[in-house]
Amino acid sequence: MDPIVSAASVLAAALAIGLAAIGPGIGQGNASGQAVAGIARQPEAEGKIRGTLLLTLAFMESLTIYGLVIALVLLFANPFA
Amino acid sequence: MATLMMPNLLNFSNILPLAELEVGHHFYWHLGGLSLHGQVFLTSWFVIGILLIASVLAGRDRTMIPAGLQNFMEYVLEFIRDLAKNQLGEKEYRPWVPFIGTLFLFIFVSNWSGALLPWKVIQLPEGELAAPTGDINTTVALALLTSLAYFYAGFRKRGLGYFAKYIEPTPILLPIAILEDFTKPLSLSFRLFGNILADELVVAVLVLLVPLFVPVPVMMLGLFTSAIQALVFATLAGAYIHEALEGHGEEDH
Repeated sequence: MDPIVSAASVLAAALAIGLAAIGPGIGQGNASGQAVAGIARQPEAEGKIRGTLLLTLAFMESLTIYGLVIALVLLFANPFA
Repeated sequence: MATLMMPNLLNFSNILPLAELEVGHHFYWHLGGLSLHGQVFLTSWFVIGILLIASVLAGRDRTMIPAGLQNFMEYVLEFIRDLAKNQLGEKEYRPWVPFIGTLFLFIFVSNWSGALLPWKVIQLPEGELAAPTGDINTTVALALLTSLAYFYAGFRKRGLGYFAKYIEPTPILLPIAILEDFTKPLSLSFRLFGNILADELVVAVLVLLVPLFVPVPVMMLGLFTSAIQALVFATLAGAYIHEALEGHGEEDH
């Protein structure tokens, strides 16, 4: 592999996963905070809130996973190598 | 394609090759002009076998008061039925229980088989056995099946009127509506593939660093996320089918 290409790929992989973690991090924080507030207000709804929260967290997490998939493609299946 | 540096390191320190990890290396079968990923087929058949055997055993000599395996399978069926009912609504859910249930069970058992079974004990000439859902081909196939399913649902319910949903609020959104049909299977497949592969990678990296005990909590987390991903896939399949049945405008559940 061309050294420039491999260096660029490694950097791009790091940026992909790092940047992709920012947004979902903020989102997950917001969602969890709201869920805790909801449980504090209405403790009897805890089960339902927790179920919904876990599902929404999984959706947000998948955004980071898209970044991870790009990073993995760059590292292991680089089309420009 | 590059192999991860871990195997070399591990063999060098001469521990059991537990953390061998070969992303992008496959055990190819050649069939006509096609190259198949043999390890995915082997593990998928294993998963399908488990599901078949469990259902046959549970369906043999049924009793009115279920016990043992029959009880467990009835619980599973009720869970899947509730999942479908939550997404599709009371009236429409029944014909879609088999489809959503198959998706959920196959993905769930695949994910857990990858996390729980010591596949690495079985040596292959090339590549390694792992969860079938950790291969992009499996997840893309499942996602495309979901696409077909919701198109079929829409056409059967509303005929050519199904296309009205593309221009329903305003025709300006037509490109986005068309794009959505492509991003749905893309995000479904990438989400599942990425999550499963990420779990395996994280566990492998930790096993490389500390081979004993320390990776166990991460493995538990992996089990948890695998189960959630199976649930998410089935839920989203249900939601897409419901959207195709109802159209964008009249949400009523």
